Amino acid sequence: MKKKKIVKKRIKKIMPIAAGASSDIIFSRPESLRDVENHYCAGCGHGITHRLVCEVIDEFGIRDRVIAIAPVGCAVIAYDYWDFDVAEAAHGRTPAVATGIKRVLPHNIVFTYQGDGDLAAIGTAEIIHAANRGENITVIFVNNGVYGMTGGQMAPTTLAGQRTTTTIHGRSLRREGYPLKILEMLAVLPGVKYLERVSVHSSHEILRAKRAISKAFKTQIDNKGFSMVEVLSMCPTYWGMSPIQAAERIKNEVSTFYPLGVIKSC
Amino acid sequence: MAKKILMCGNDACGEGAVLAGCKFYAGYPITPQNELTAYMAKRMNENGGVFIQAESELAAINMVFGAAAAGVRAMTSSSSPGVSLKQEGISYLAGCELPCVIVNMQRGGPGLGNIAPAQGDYFQSVKGGGHGDYKLIVLAPSSAQELLEYTFLAFDLADKYRNPVLILGDGLLGQMMEPISINADMQPKTFEKPWALTGCKGRSPNVIKSLYLGDGALEEHNKKLQAKFALIRQSEIRAQAFHSKDSEIMLVAYGSVARIAKSSMDMARAKGLKVGMIRPVTLWPFPEKIIEEACATAKKFLVVEMSAGQMVEDVKLAVNGRAKVDFYGRMGGGIPTEEEILARIEALV
Repeated sequence: MKKKKIVKKRIKKIMPIAAGASSDIIFSRPESLRDVENHYCAGCGHGITHRLVCEVIDEFGIRDRVIAIAPVGCAVIAYDYWDFDVAEAAHGRTPAVATGIKRVLPHNIVFTYQGDGDLAAIGTAEIIHAANRGENITVIFVNNGVYGMTGGQMAPTTLAGQRTTTTIHGRSLRREGYPLKILEMLAVLPGVKYLERVSVHSSHEILRAKRAISKAFKTQIDNKGFSMVEVLSMCPTYWGMSPIQAAERIKNEVSTFYPLGVIKSC
Repeated sequence: MAKKILMCGNDACGEGAVLAGCKFYAGYPITPQNELTAYMAKRMNENGGVFIQAESELAAINMVFGAAAAGVRAMTSSSSPGVSLKQEGISYLAGCELPCVIVNMQRGGPGLGNIAPAQGDYFQSVKGGGHGDYKLIVLAPSSAQELLEYTFLAFDLADKYRNPVLILGDGLLGQMMEPISINADMQPKTFEKPWALTGCKGRSPNVIKSLYLGDGALEEHNKKLQAKFALIRQSEIRAQAFHSKDSEIMLVAYGSVARIAKSSMDMARAKGLKVGMIRPVTLWPFPEKIIEEACATAKKFLVVEMSAGQMVEDVKLAVNGRAKVDFYGRMGGGIPTEEEILARIEALV
């Protein structure tokens, strides 16, 4: 009995109740997340990441001044799941659209939600220059190492040796080059104020991911400048794995190459 | 009487935008429109607007997308190769029904071409340079004064129809210094934008998108867009006609070439030749009816362009076999002279 109470208290501490909910409820859908089914595959990390972003938005009480920019990729219809203002952007141009919005509405909270193809391939110029200008926006970068929506092609973040539909014998570093570590690249830019890499492969890491997302939004709320959280996420479908195997792959393999933790905080 | 000031076309274009209440400009350097970018850097700063020198044309047009989505009057400008890069963004703007103004001070092409004036981007401008079924309202000024006035007008048209508007100039118009006067009644109009992204305080969330995955949803969206384009076709055609009642030979030219062709027309008239001219001001919607009506007296048309012959195709469609359509064009920065055009007129007689 005593143990149960402690657990409840702990959960309350890390998962504060949604606004207006009864104090008996210790876990509920965030107000910012619509009560609809999503289209994500079993074991995909997008649903978890969407939820974490919405919980953070609710906790800061900023739902009515948030403007999100959805990417091209698996999260393209994120606007069907989020209950706040959302713009769609052309593939990779997401940070440029965010720049346009934030510059004319500096009191709104503007964030982009991008995958590794969107951010680290076709949109490399846009992310680097938005970061270098120190745009006061927040970027949620979901890295699952493949193009999910188009059927599992190699992404810039695909690990060496990883099989995809366009690297059928595994990514060759000689032929396809090296996996891009975007956060480490951005860390040298003075306009960048907060960078953290997290994962959503376990409940422990999910709680850490939420804290990082919260810190990133706080960076923007405090008008400090550019903030970004890279979320290592599972893609069981195109990794050819069960959801559990995919989660284990992040723990054992992906997070070894892409180390978790704060990359920059100032 | 309004005060006259000497300005280059690029600056006049920028001032037209400022007068219209443009509060956001993003651009990337390219000749021959750099004066416009510099002018906007100065004027946005003075007027509490936002100026961004973007990392690319792709970023510039998408920054405009963001500002337009937030409900602010926004503009970008470039010249031919840069406008090619903007086509992706322009298609998204049209698909999302976002109002904005895009300026193209055309230069010679294809490829990097040169920095001399040209009209080789007509097809790209009026037929849809990006993917999908969309139209831009395309205004073709022929002087610094018109660059000021049409840019001012472009913002109203963009907001009225929730559609991007293109100002199609050329390097000659952009660089040329001319006296302009600013009318005191050029005050910005405001349009209600309940669709804009401003944060959902006190309303349900807004979404700006061009993706329609539901069964038949995209076809419905396209039908809505086409109905809008039909309305624009009905209401917004602008053209100038000279000697439209008695001309046997009708010149058709737009932009800076229209001014040269008008001199050729006057020279021909002085020689007793019954020559007139139609100058489309809106290239889309195209003044088909005015051309069709001119066929009552004109049995020959001479289309003059700084291209290999692009607008001539639309003139042929409007004439529809009722008259002979001839073409004279210069390319790659060549500018037709009054005498060259007159010689072609005389050859048609």
